[in-house]
Amino acid sequence: MDFSITSDQRLMQESLTRTLAEASSLDRVRRFAGDLGDKGADVWRALADFGLAGIVVPEAFGGLGLGLLDAALASEALGRAVAPVPFMGVVLAPLALTRGGSEAQQQEWLAKLASGKVIAAAAISEPIAGARDGAGVTASGGKLTGKALFVPGGMAAGLLVVADRSGGLHLVRGDAAGLTRALMPGIDETRRLAELTFDGVAAEPLSGGPELLAALRDAGWVLVAADTLGAAEAMLDKAVAYAQERRQFGRVIGSFQAVKHLCAEMAAELEPCRSLVWYAAYAFDAVPGETSLMAAHAKALTSEVGRFVARTSTEVHGGMGITDLLGLHFWFKRIGANRQLLGGPERVREFAARLQGLAA
Amino acid sequence: MDLNETPEMAAFRGEVRGFLDTHRDSYAGGAAKDPSAWQRLLIEHGYAARTIPREYGGFGAEPDILKGRIIAEEFIAAGAPRGMAGQGISMLVPTLLEVGSEEQKRRWIGPTLRGEIIWCQGYSEPGAGSDLASLQTKAVEDGDDFLISGSKIWTSTAAQAQMMFCLVRTEPDAAKHEGISYLLIPMSTPGIEVRPLKTMTGSAEFNEVFFTDVRVPKDQVVGGRGRGWFVANTTLKHERGMLGDPNATEARLNALITLMKTEEVDGHRLIDNPIFRDRLMQLQGRVLAMKFNGLRLITSQLTQEPSGLAGLVVKLQGCELNHQLAALAIDALGELGILYHDGPHLRAKGSWQRSYMFDLGLIIGGGTAQIQKNIISERGLGLPREPKPAGA
Repeated sequence: MDFSITSDQRLMQESLTRTLAEASSLDRVRRFAGDLGDKGADVWRALADFGLAGIVVPEAFGGLGLGLLDAALASEALGRAVAPVPFMGVVLAPLALTRGGSEAQQQEWLAKLASGKVIAAAAISEPIAGARDGAGVTASGGKLTGKALFVPGGMAAGLLVVADRSGGLHLVRGDAAGLTRALMPGIDETRRLAELTFDGVAAEPLSGGPELLAALRDAGWVLVAADTLGAAEAMLDKAVAYAQERRQFGRVIGSFQAVKHLCAEMAAELEPCRSLVWYAAYAFDAVPGETSLMAAHAKALTSEVGRFVARTSTEVHGGMGITDLLGLHFWFKRIGANRQLLGGPERVREFAARLQGLAA
Repeated sequence: MDLNETPEMAAFRGEVRGFLDTHRDSYAGGAAKDPSAWQRLLIEHGYAARTIPREYGGFGAEPDILKGRIIAEEFIAAGAPRGMAGQGISMLVPTLLEVGSEEQKRRWIGPTLRGEIIWCQGYSEPGAGSDLASLQTKAVEDGDDFLISGSKIWTSTAAQAQMMFCLVRTEPDAAKHEGISYLLIPMSTPGIEVRPLKTMTGSAEFNEVFFTDVRVPKDQVVGGRGRGWFVANTTLKHERGMLGDPNATEARLNALITLMKTEEVDGHRLIDNPIFRDRLMQLQGRVLAMKFNGLRLITSQLTQEPSGLAGLVVKLQGCELNHQLAALAIDALGELGILYHDGPHLRAKGSWQRSYMFDLGLIIGGGTAQIQKNIISERGLGLPREPKPAGA
């Protein structure tokens, strides 16, 4: 039995973290947040050079051919750096293609995705988090009609994986006629959400139906959970560093138990989340029967713990914590957005209960 | 990450199952028919005292965490009793193995393993709880003996025990941590009085022990005079690991799920109430996280890498989770949750109510939640210690 990540995985994560320290510095994130014209192309280029674009693309198509655990470790590093990258689609689109794409579809897209030339996004919010404001997409005669909301990376994506109302999945080209995109301005300025409108847009179906959608949901939950884990770790680290340097009453505030205990509580809540995220990702690759329950709990628990860490770390920073200058709010908001993305914890836990026959 | 079992481990699992199958009659109903015979049988097969050397009465196997885990899993699955536990086996024996003299090991370990000697632990005092090193029970030299005076508190099993392992102040002039010795005291010695300490559960799970000029030979000290603080610390870590065991928490979660699926109010199952159901799911997520945290700890033991925060948080999180599971059971039971002691409507023999109260004691005992947070923040996060007040 080995419940740990390999040294290769550890090295990959550390190396990615170093890459992000330069490519996605706080200054860089701040510029992205303040300029809607900024597509973060340089950040994306650095990550594509790292191999991240093809992390789950099979090696035959030029990818790294790694599993969801590796992708989750990358997602954790991206969350830690609040990187302005639409990573969910980068993982979900190749998964959809390898599991539900025809040979021709795989030939057409996988190599482009692996090189980072095409960036994909997944429009799967409605069947998973619930349809709002009448959104939802209907497929008929190879054409899609309707709206898909809350699509991370949807503004710029060159390829879209779109779920319809009955749980079927489709490929849509970014330049397809009848597709319009509108920004959904949100609290998290490190990732942009799109509202996609389909007006008789040509689409190619993927096979696999609801099972494929379930796999994308589970993978999406794990990735968001890992992103929150990373962002919350960063907030804990920042709180501990600040508590060791900020002095009041003649001592560093980290020597007061009132402050130390807040830090200890954050660590005590957060550390077990890491094991749950690892296991959920491992299950996706190796224990399919357990994936959905573990992914749901990973998503729900990191949402709750993430919220606790986000507010507590901000409090440890005192008044500085709420300033724009410090920039802590980028992590605070990312964690807040992750909580709601693909369903808030209450909805996800209700799913977990249904899965076990504990709810109708 | 690879949770598949190797052929060697699968074969070992088969051996354990075979043993449990063969001896099914010895533990029908979940309790050993003859606890002493069962204990001897377990030691003989290496399912108890597994890694204790043979010359001291154990089985003498190399430490193997995975095999230990397989034994635990198979015994739970078969509903078989694990053999004798208690502070003698879990705390004194490891201490003697680490720092005891050859004579002490030969004299005490075997009979303790076989359940012939029951031990109690004399650490806490009325004036020395979290600040254990400030303990005042004194041992004054008198010829070849010490004369012990003072008192101990929170002493489980003191009424049944033949022996106590005890921290006493032997060097009154030495610094706080350096004046303490770890002493083995026969409970039948004149001058010892045991008074039951009744808690809010209604039972006396603990005792107070009073010492008036209790005469104990000096050679009953373990690990050297003045070394008691360091001797005790070698085994306190064993206690913290036990208090937060994720397997016990998972078993409790499963019992709670069964309760909520079977118990009805107004003809609806408790699980059908969406608020209780959501609380259950919140706790299930936490229990799973602690379960996998436990697997991670086993792996770091196997690879001998430091476990860091993952190990430091177990006592705090595990005890809190147990308490919250009991709280949900009582809340979901509604007015039935008030019942206790005995009566026709009482559920699960009042065990949820008892847990709710007793587990609060476990949140406090074995290093309070606040002491745990000091440990996590200092050893895990590198934050500074609270400065000592002037003059302390």
